[in-house]
Amino acid sequence: MLRGALRFGLGPGLLGRRLGTHRGGSTLGKAEGSGGCRGSGVSPVSSHVTFRTRGPGPRWEDSGSLGAGDWDGKVSEIKKKIQSILPGGAWSPLCDTSHLPPEHSDVVIVGGGVVGLSVAYWLKRLEKQQGAIRVLVVERDHTYSQASTVLSVGGIRQQFSLPENIQLSLFSVEFLRNINEYLAVVDDPPLDLQFNPSGYLFLASEEGATIMENNVKVQRQEGAKVCLMSPEQLRKKFPWINTEGVALASYGLENEGWFDPWCLLQGLRRKVQSMGVLFCHGEVTRFVSSSNHMETASGEKVTLKRIHEVHVKVDHSQEYQPVECAIVVNAAGAWSGRIAELAGIGKGPPGTLQGTKLPVEPRKRYVYLWHCPQGPGLEAPLVADPSGAYFRREGLGNNYLGGCSPSEEEEPDPGNLEVDHDFFQEKVWPHLAWRVPAFEALKVRRAWAGYYDYNTFDQNGVVGPHPLVVNMYFAAGFSGHGLQQAPAVGRAVAEVMLEGRFQTINLSPFLFSRFYLGEKAQERCII
Amino acid sequence: MAAPRASLRLVAPVWNGGTSGIRGLSRAVDPEGSQRKGRALLQFLADRFYDVEAVRGYLLQKQVLKVLQKNRSFTYIKERYGPYVAGASFILKQGGAVKFQDKEWMRPNGRGLSGELWKLREVPVEAVDASGCAINYQGLDNLLALRELQSLSLRCCPHVDDWCLGRLHQLADSLRELSLAGCPRISERGLACLHHLRNLRRLDISDLPAVSNPGLTQILVEEMLPDCEVLGADRAQSLKLGPEEQPRDTASSPIPA
Repeated sequence: MLRGALRFGLGPGLLGRRLGTHRGGSTLGKAEGSGGCRGSGVSPVSSHVTFRTRGPGPRWEDSGSLGAGDWDGKVSEIKKKIQSILPGGAWSPLCDTSHLPPEHSDVVIVGGGVVGLSVAYWLKRLEKQQGAIRVLVVERDHTYSQASTVLSVGGIRQQFSLPENIQLSLFSVEFLRNINEYLAVVDDPPLDLQFNPSGYLFLASEEGATIMENNVKVQRQEGAKVCLMSPEQLRKKFPWINTEGVALASYGLENEGWFDPWCLLQGLRRKVQSMGVLFCHGEVTRFVSSSNHMETASGEKVTLKRIHEVHVKVDHSQEYQPVECAIVVNAAGAWSGRIAELAGIGKGPPGTLQGTKLPVEPRKRYVYLWHCPQGPGLEAPLVADPSGAYFRREGLGNNYLGGCSPSEEEEPDPGNLEVDHDFFQEKVWPHLAWRVPAFEALKVRRAWAGYYDYNTFDQNGVVGPHPLVVNMYFAAGFSGHGLQQAPAVGRAVAEVMLEGRFQTINLSPFLFSRFYLGEKAQERCII
Repeated sequence: MAAPRASLRLVAPVWNGGTSGIRGLSRAVDPEGSQRKGRALLQFLADRFYDVEAVRGYLLQKQVLKVLQKNRSFTYIKERYGPYVAGASFILKQGGAVKFQDKEWMRPNGRGLSGELWKLREVPVEAVDASGCAINYQGLDNLLALRELQSLSLRCCPHVDDWCLGRLHQLADSLRELSLAGCPRISERGLACLHHLRNLRRLDISDLPAVSNPGLTQILVEEMLPDCEVLGADRAQSLKLGPEEQPRDTASSPIPA
């Protein structure tokens, strides 16, 4: 009798739609096996009917046959079940879906690191009417154990060669400086980014000296405060440097240094939650899209895709939620390439626009922390050697952080985040000890590894929409600069989404189409 | 970062000791008990009503705008009377004192800027006493134009932080005396960029509440500026505090997420 009520009274039309949950059956009638149970151990009443309510509630049929002997037991069981149905009892027809994302969202941001949160922040900040845009941030790992943001060394610099990169960094530094005005939440304590304004010092050998001079000219034009130093000036200012082989050095005087990325992440998270952005702990497994076959003005046939649904799978479960969305932002960092593949980007004959993949892949980089009692003093900037090794101070206790980017042949396997200590002994320490003789006596205390979301094409970010999948926007592939460009990139992507074009900083050289056209936006001398 | 979650933990004691809530920005040094109770009620209301939250957000914004307004650029005066007069009028408006070369200290009197200020167009400013003024990063523009400044006192300025110290390198040629005592936002990271000031002979870094280890910081700053006399925390006092400071210094303690 009760089962009958469940079937007809609480059918899809009444409660199911409003609840908005899927327990393994989808709107199109596909049954994904029986995998809709939240581990409650109760199988669905009938798997061929798409119920959207909870399980059958109290079961009547597995109580066993009515035997005369256990009539009293039966009565007490029946009483218990009736009590659970009545108000105040444990059973309720409404299902708990708090662990699932909502059914609809205007924007779904894949990836909850600093870039994804920055896009969410600027979307909510630049929307025309408060509360106009519903944003959902999907993050697979809420402990951020593999996220590039928190494993990064945390540096920020303006010493780039592309004007766009310099402008991005300048705005980001201004954002960080006024972070307590941008990310203010009533009644929460102010953020302390622990910024060290010590600057970056790039050393150049003879071959790189002219490039460095040109770069500094561009940087000064954009407004960065950088000065060039000769080896004598370098020796006077930083007597602990061995200037042999150094022809020129560029030193950032202001607005350069390093800070705590975890604090920025938490500050963004807090602010973005207070602005009404929803967070979801889950993984994107599928995009459901539709295709439109169209013709260009010159008569070529082109297929435009539009993503309609994002399937978000819950952790440790087969349960997933299709989120209907208007726009998807790919800010998945080192895994952006995988997300792009899910959306069908790159599935086509090579050499065509359909066949152009997103060339972002994870690359593992090591960071070592060592102690050196006679090392450089408090004034030490982040020093970058021409060989690619770099180091900076960490704290007051003569500890230093550093590493080196490996050459293409020596790239470690990005399958895990294990640290290779021999890499330090063979590739990093010799260069450091040569450049700073005091580092000949050092002791490595700790080491960790993190991913670069490495753009194999030109090592610079990909920002903006995809030409064929019209509602996917990229904010990935920054190859080690993601943290320092995140606030500005977030604003740029939000502008493209809301206004249709870049308004403050023109990032057209970083659009996806450059991979098809072959126009590299390459930096000269990066770490 | 070495231990990213640990650094967040390290920050917390500074927060509680320093500003209690964003509103405590200018009253960073001393929250009183009764004000704390009032704040608890407001917090309770703001957690439950959007209107209260919006009003409080608006009042917060107004405070921030007030500081910004005080620190606007004096471009008109700069064009008409030169950078020295502009800088001097900025300091006097904030409530500080200015000393021109070969003249006496000028302090703000109740009736606005004195008439003789406008005649000092060519006279460089030698010393500035900006104690307690609400100078921030933008307002420092007006000060940095004073290229012959020899003595600068930023004692107990509530908005001077590490970012501002990063700008002081522009005064490296002339600055000989600098006082940062009592500024609640300056930490040892900002002090690291004072190495540009190679002509500095006197530096006062006592009473900086945001510096985590005053004794060690003073030693490092003395090493960094060998020609400079550094006045800092009493070293004997900091040695006494040594054992209690230990837990904060060791970054190796495992921090639960």
